[in-house]
Amino acid sequence: MDKVMRLSSEKGVVIFSKSSCCLSYAVQVLFQDLGVSPKIHEIDKDPECREMEKALMRLGCSKPVPAVFIGGKLVGSTNEVMSMHLSSSLVPLVKPYIC
Amino acid sequence: MNTTSTHFVPPRRFEIYETTLNQVSMWEENFKNNGGIYIPNSIIIPTDAKQDSLSDDTSHGTPHKFDQEASTSRHPDKTQRRLAQNREAARKSRLRKKAYVQQLETSRLKLIHLEQELDRARQQGFYEGNRVDTNALGFSVKMSSGIVAFEMEYGHWVEEQNRQISELRTVLQGQVSDVELRLLVDNAMKHYFQLFRMKSAAAKIDVFYIMSGMWKTSAERFFMWIGGFRPSELLKVLLPHFDPLMDQQVLDVCNLRQSCQQAEDAVSQGMEKLQHTLTDSVAAGNLGEGSYIPQITCAMERLEALVSFVDQADHLRHETLQQMHRILTTRQAARGLLALGEYFQRLRALSSSWATRQREPT
Repeated sequence: MDKVMRLSSEKGVVIFSKSSCCLSYAVQVLFQDLGVSPKIHEIDKDPECREMEKALMRLGCSKPVPAVFIGGKLVGSTNEVMSMHLSSSLVPLVKPYIC
Repeated sequence: MNTTSTHFVPPRRFEIYETTLNQVSMWEENFKNNGGIYIPNSIIIPTDAKQDSLSDDTSHGTPHKFDQEASTSRHPDKTQRRLAQNREAARKSRLRKKAYVQQLETSRLKLIHLEQELDRARQQGFYEGNRVDTNALGFSVKMSSGIVAFEMEYGHWVEEQNRQISELRTVLQGQVSDVELRLLVDNAMKHYFQLFRMKSAAAKIDVFYIMSGMWKTSAERFFMWIGGFRPSELLKVLLPHFDPLMDQQVLDVCNLRQSCQQAEDAVSQGMEKLQHTLTDSVAAGNLGEGSYIPQITCAMERLEALVSFVDQADHLRHETLQQMHRILTTRQAARGLLALGEYFQRLRALSSSWATRQREPT
């Protein structure tokens, strides 16, 4: 959990994903399209993958990946990110992190 | 006379009774009361194997000889004959009943099968283009019951859709209160959301089926994107019907169009990646060695992800509709939903016309 919390604040936009997860990739593409370079953590490549998965689920994610943190706060998974974007509430949130 | 002794009545074919004289008269009573059909009350009827050994044990030896001296009172022959006839009648009756029940079961299954065929045929008449395409290509798809159920449900969904569209059209031509219009708009929205739920359930049963769009007409299939219509296409179709839009609305619609396109592109790229990884896992290892077992598990895992893509695509469709509903006034939303419904109706009509045209001899 500590690891997750620490990593999630490393950068403005942090995405926890798995190398095999293509929806995580879709979320990554979306942020890049908005001009943001998110920090990607592929937890399946991390030795503490299991613990991180559990931590992410405990934080409220229905699926461990993709888990999107903006400004250190959990925004949600693919559904939440897409809903926010379509309701025009994603861009204001990532504005400070656009490079 | 020993009235409680065991009487071995011959197994003319298969049955032996253990009984007393009292029971003999009970049977006669039973037989008379039940209209000549014998219904045993508490008679033990052992199996064939037992019978053979029992009959071997009789002191008389021959299986066909009646052992009645100790049992009957006045008319041994008649009683015994009647008893034998009872047994025979009862046995025949049981066999008839068994045959009848089996026949009922078979007929019942046949009826269910015919009902399903009928529904499918009704749909064929409805979506001519759809079925002709598949037959022409020689597809014979074995559909699971869940998919068959989905097809039937979808047929009903389209019928209800058509009804709603007609109602909207009629209502918008005349004077209608905003309250009534809001009700119709809400129903139309709920109707679309219902379709997404149906598709989600069907995708879990057979994702390839949903992806193939076999349940849609050919023209609809042509425009498909991950198991349904393109959200950006939806906006493109609807936009002309909303003039005049207020300034804020213009801005909102513009934002929605852009974010919809971006979301669609992102999911499309995710799909592409999925296809690549699937190709990789299918082609992994040494092709040409005839062994696919180890790779197939990996490929199956990739396919599981396909279901979540169909769900995500429907989620985008859902959210796009939702946002349109938020941005527009009730009246604008009603006009928009009517336009959307008619658009799909035209695609279906186009499919039918095209299929009919192809059937004509050149």
